[in-house]
Amino acid sequence: MSLANLRRLEAEAIHVLREVVATFSNPVVLYSIGKDSSVLLHLAMKAFFPAKPPFPFLHVDTTWKFREMIAFRDRMARELGFNLLVHTNQDGVDQGIGPFTHGSNLHTHVMKTMALRQALETYGFDAALAGARRDEEKSRAKERMFSIRNAQHGWDPKRQRPEMWKTYNTRVGAGETMRVFPLSNWTEFDIWQYILQENIPIVPLYFAARRPVVRRDGMLIMVDDERMPIEPGEEVMDRMVRFRTLGCYPLTGAIDSEAATVPDILREMLTVRTSERLSRLIDTDEAGAMEKKKREGYF
Amino acid sequence: MSYLQSVPPHDLAAHLADHDGKSVLRFITCGSVDDGKSTLIGRLLVDAKLVFEDQLTNLGRVGSSGAVNGGEIDLALLLDGLEAEREQGITIDVAYRYFATSKRKFIVADTPGHEEYTRNMVTGASTADLAVILIDSRQGILQQTRRHSYIASLLGIRHVVLAVNKIDLVEFRQSVFDEIARDYKAFAKKLGFASIQPIPIAARFGDNVISASPNTPWYKGPALLEYLETVQLDPPATERPFRFPVQLVMRPNANFRGYAGQIASGSVSVGDPVVIAKSGQRSSVKAIVTFDGNLTTAAEGEAVTLVLADEVDASRGNMLVAPAARPFVADQFQAHVIWFDANPMLPGRSYILRTETDSVSATVTALKHQVNINSFAREAAKSLQMNEVGVCNISTQAPIVFDAYKESRATGNFVFVDRVTNATVGAGMIDFPLRRADNVHWQATDVNKGARSAMKSQRPAVLWFTGLSGSGKSTIANALDRLLHARGKHTYMLDGDNVRHGLNRDLGFTEADRVENIRRVAEVAKLMADAGLIVLVSFISPFRGERRMARELMEEGEFIEIFVDTPLEECARRDPKGLYEKALAGKIANFTGVSSPYEAPESPELHLKTVEEDPVALALKIEAFLDRHREEK
Repeated sequence: MSLANLRRLEAEAIHVLREVVATFSNPVVLYSIGKDSSVLLHLAMKAFFPAKPPFPFLHVDTTWKFREMIAFRDRMARELGFNLLVHTNQDGVDQGIGPFTHGSNLHTHVMKTMALRQALETYGFDAALAGARRDEEKSRAKERMFSIRNAQHGWDPKRQRPEMWKTYNTRVGAGETMRVFPLSNWTEFDIWQYILQENIPIVPLYFAARRPVVRRDGMLIMVDDERMPIEPGEEVMDRMVRFRTLGCYPLTGAIDSEAATVPDILREMLTVRTSERLSRLIDTDEAGAMEKKKREGYF
Repeated sequence: MSYLQSVPPHDLAAHLADHDGKSVLRFITCGSVDDGKSTLIGRLLVDAKLVFEDQLTNLGRVGSSGAVNGGEIDLALLLDGLEAEREQGITIDVAYRYFATSKRKFIVADTPGHEEYTRNMVTGASTADLAVILIDSRQGILQQTRRHSYIASLLGIRHVVLAVNKIDLVEFRQSVFDEIARDYKAFAKKLGFASIQPIPIAARFGDNVISASPNTPWYKGPALLEYLETVQLDPPATERPFRFPVQLVMRPNANFRGYAGQIASGSVSVGDPVVIAKSGQRSSVKAIVTFDGNLTTAAEGEAVTLVLADEVDASRGNMLVAPAARPFVADQFQAHVIWFDANPMLPGRSYILRTETDSVSATVTALKHQVNINSFAREAAKSLQMNEVGVCNISTQAPIVFDAYKESRATGNFVFVDRVTNATVGAGMIDFPLRRADNVHWQATDVNKGARSAMKSQRPAVLWFTGLSGSGKSTIANALDRLLHARGKHTYMLDGDNVRHGLNRDLGFTEADRVENIRRVAEVAKLMADAGLIVLVSFISPFRGERRMARELMEEGEFIEIFVDTPLEECARRDPKGLYEKALAGKIANFTGVSSPYEAPESPELHLKTVEEDPVALALKIEAFLDRHREEK
């Protein structure tokens, strides 16, 4: 007897979510507002039914997210009644760190990685759940479901614990924390098929609409607010675009698309020939970029 | 990623349903270093057009170190996602890739070939249905081929593809292929695989990877992808017995009590009788609760919450099972163990044993034999080194629920976790329970510990003195013993040297013997505490793991760790028994502090520095501590 694909993936993720609650004293979900986080949120609602998820959802706000993401985040917290925590690296804000002025690398390090470390330490979380998938990127393909981090939140890929069956070693030492990835075995296609099947709300930016964009370094960057400088020679175009992944708006490329519904997106995916992380500037700012960021504590 | 369609299907719903219903094949690639495992998977993905364009072009930008094979792309770089892997041109950790063809879905774990990274190969193998074992045509069967084949069979993989790779480098000669296939089949006979399919392959150029190669006209069998798409896995066995490991008890309010978990085998319906495995209590299923509504029945693999008809005692680590076909419940069993840690597995040392949902203290009571990877011969051994496999008798502090691993992978496995480092140090596959466990029960006595200690007007305690040889443990313990005796307390002093004259005369000073030495003394101290005594244990006890084991044997608050802290130089200067002189001259092996480590306590109840105060003053300090300790309780 084998379950259909999505049913199997769902059960696996629910099992991992419950395992975290059973074995850690202070877990948190890193809620990034994107499609994977939306699926993770939905699975958390399922895993503990009839109770609510017994952990908070933490959003690390870099202050450079798309405005629609923030509106969506607040609406979901209100409608589903989950415990939302928002953390911003105030030091970074005071120093005026931003992607346009400081570049993607420094911005991501200060406003995302450092901010995350601050939040984990402030609240004393011992396990952080996130929606990362192995098929996103090849260093992520090497991650465990339960991935230990040292007291500096660093990932040491050479010292990963072996992880057999579903028998997870959930023990951590003083100062160490665990990152947990219940969606490890999901592909991008699985995510969309599940969103369709379960009718999961997602940020409207995933759907094609006419949006103001500028072509920059080969990517279509949306002009989401007045902080975006328009360089000489650049032209703000009104184009039918959508986003395959969501992050900080200056670092996230849109794609030309007519896909305005989830079925449209699935149809589009059946013919697509590039990976979703292609539209994330931070993955390509240097060779081995993702692994380096993960070693520093990026999730 | 999914296979590409030239035209989007008109009927998306039908396409998605078909896609969702496809069977999943989980497989690993394994074999020796440089046999081309990562290259083969890379070739498979590229030729079947299962790689995104940007991932292919990215290979160009990464290649600072030999990324290019004479102008062609190095396909292994698609899989080797870590910087260290690309630098060294090897695979260190398992990489998972997901792909689908029109016939099947695949999860492939590309595992490392180096012996050093066996643990990562085991990680991939533990959940796989099939192993693609690569062999370099020029090399034939190597030790790693044998090791990985053995581990694959040990972990329950039933099907093997023997990918005889680099066949181009032997001029596509059939004789080479035939000989390797014949050798392998002869060797693998003992491993009991259900099927072995040899395929001649040139991963670098794609021969017989996704389609038949014109270079091997003599080969009439399927290409690799075709075989993977069509290989018949074991047909679903006749209904397996119901097993439901309790993961979490859900009590959102006073009216609801549900047991959450994932069905490990079999199925369950509302109204079915179930038994709580550890207690034997019976009940029946009142409801199967999910977020999407209650179900009438649920099957293997589903994550559900069960509500029972009766109030029963079942917490995490217990199992709800079919009354007619129950699992074993025992605290002693035999298992095959694969060891991963640089510190060897030692019989007598205490580890944490973790099953899917249970966690208990466990010791290996006997290492029956080690398995020679080359010959599969059983060899005597006193410890298991990293990457070795052994057959062990294991004893747990409390009974666990299990099946034999060959009957059920999900309920027959466990891992060993180091008590101090929390590292996953071993993986276990349970063979069977040991009868002893069934027949030896703890005899309850009418006159109990409380009655015995009340008669002595004292609270039992185990005062555990640890420190280097010559640090002053026995001197201080002796002084304290006199003080307590003078106050009418009933005490007994267990001294390391004295115990080695009798109970432990058969033990030497190797790491394994030292672990056993402490285990026995801790057990004796426990019996004495049970008799109501205040026990003074004066042992070097150099390892944190064993002291923690001793602590956990005793009741809460009963174990008092006293660190007798004397610098090594001072101990060597005092040298009351002349041992340091001999040890420093190399005449005593495994001497603590000189040729064997001492792990100082991290948080002892008492930390005594002997260079500052004399033994009697320190004994008075302990006495004061005991008085305070008593009042607090």
